[in-house]
Amino acid sequence: MAAGDWTLTRLRAAVAGGDVSAREVCDGYLRRIAAADGRIHAFTTVLGEAALARAEEVDRRRDAWRDRPLLGVPVTVKDVICTRGVPTTACSRILAGYRPPYDATVVTRLLDAGAVVIGKTNCDEFAMGSSTEHSALGATRNPWAPDRIPGGSSGGAAAAVAARLAPASVASDTGGSIRQPAALCGVVGLKPTYGRVSRYGLLAFASSLDQIGPLTLTVADAAAVLQAIAGADPADATCATEPVPALAGLFPGDARGARIGVPRAALAAGVDPEVLRAFDAALAVLAGRGAAVVDIDLPHMAYAVPVYYLVAPAEASSNLARYDGVRYGLRAAPDGREATLAAMYDRTRDAGFGAEVKRRIMLGTYALSAGYYDAYYVHAQRVRSLIRGDYDQAFADVDAVAMPTTPTPAYRLGEHVDDPLAMYLGDVFTVSANLTGLPAISLPAGFTRAGLPIGFQLTARPFDEATLLRLGDVLEQDAPWSGARPPLAPA
Amino acid sequence: MSTRLTRADVERIAALAHLDLTADETALFAKQLAQILEYAERLREVDTAQVSATWHPSAASAALRDDVRRPSLAREDALAGAPDAAPDGLFRVPKVIG
Repeated sequence: MAAGDWTLTRLRAAVAGGDVSAREVCDGYLRRIAAADGRIHAFTTVLGEAALARAEEVDRRRDAWRDRPLLGVPVTVKDVICTRGVPTTACSRILAGYRPPYDATVVTRLLDAGAVVIGKTNCDEFAMGSSTEHSALGATRNPWAPDRIPGGSSGGAAAAVAARLAPASVASDTGGSIRQPAALCGVVGLKPTYGRVSRYGLLAFASSLDQIGPLTLTVADAAAVLQAIAGADPADATCATEPVPALAGLFPGDARGARIGVPRAALAAGVDPEVLRAFDAALAVLAGRGAAVVDIDLPHMAYAVPVYYLVAPAEASSNLARYDGVRYGLRAAPDGREATLAAMYDRTRDAGFGAEVKRRIMLGTYALSAGYYDAYYVHAQRVRSLIRGDYDQAFADVDAVAMPTTPTPAYRLGEHVDDPLAMYLGDVFTVSANLTGLPAISLPAGFTRAGLPIGFQLTARPFDEATLLRLGDVLEQDAPWSGARPPLAPA
Repeated sequence: MSTRLTRADVERIAALAHLDLTADETALFAKQLAQILEYAERLREVDTAQVSATWHPSAASAALRDDVRRPSLAREDALAGAPDAAPDGLFRVPKVIG
């Protein structure tokens, strides 16, 4: 029987080689979920019988499917990604019980690759939040410290991988929603280049920022999932036609020739000393394996958070207009006041959306409204150009930009729930990759003295995920903490 | 740009956003949105007179396909999630004019 600590790569090989059946693997994970998820709450839906039936299908076709890259691998899917006939709620009351009539392209590709979808994972409502506390289905707990947040918005996806309840998760990242929870839960999280992975079937939050990617235990596993889901899709006009290189086996094991830029000025204030220490230790590892580490300047980085919190809510206010009680989801009952269509819209949306989503819809509507559009929205999009220009200039000299993923380790549940701005400021190092469309990865970089995971982030040129994976692998090879298990992971 | 938000401002935005906010929500959002917008004021120090806007991070223009008829969702599937679907294959809504 496969242990929960097996990597995706090892599990796949074991299933393909007949050492273990896909059903046994699936059953093992379902048992661990049953044992541990009551305390963690990473899942919103667990696919018990359906996942086992799918695993049996994989077993029946094993000989014909032997080369499939995710053969028999259990995978979780964030609850903002459509799964045909399986609840997809965005962790919102407004979509409670909604079962999409189609699969997202990433789900189709996971299935084509031989994967077994074992469940949907918890997140902040419509992926808006950095703590998973803004889920209408209740918060997820950090498997390393149950009184702390797992990060967000993909907190369930990260917690599931960290706690060995799934070897891989796919999730979305609009301002750090893959990388930040990956950092706070001590796993690998990759946001690919904008357009690298199809967004067809992703419930849209901010269409110029959203991207889907993997969370896994290792860099090689992230490469395997990305390989399976990346590439052009006729169903998504923003999905790039750029060819996807072979990502597996591209790791030479050293960083020779790589130039890594560090925006030192941006790290001067507001970063927890233990996070900074781990960051410098990771840089030393990369330097020791042949990378050249140089200082760079990203002069507009201080503006990334305010730009993001105007652009993302503006796009969200438009995207979420579709939730109106007509085509899917909740419709508020008449309340004795006006029974018109317009009144139904307004009541449904007030009853169906949670506070954080309403806050962002309001903020975005304001930034787009007559009299404020130029001063807020257009101006922010112009500063966005300057941020992208900083990176273009940096990438003329370096192959990757290194930053901590987050300024602090995981904070306590409830700590920022009444102070949205404090939560937003924690996104300082992650939002730039979305504003610029650049690929970025968060890698485990050790722990604080209190045992909380710390993340190390690398950003690369457009469509150069290969550099992120190569450097990430170097860091991973040297990591003394690999294999560390969180206290909430079941045996 | 002003970061002072009156109750009337919040009510106007809520109407535009089709949100029937409660009085408590209106008061809370007036305070919180003003804080967030005040933080965003720092963008004013950036001179963008000579800078064009980035609406989208992708340099490529959206891919186009030939306009040919293809199969799509069956009508019953498209209606399956509707809170009120009429048996003749329509979305039913309350009266439009009060």
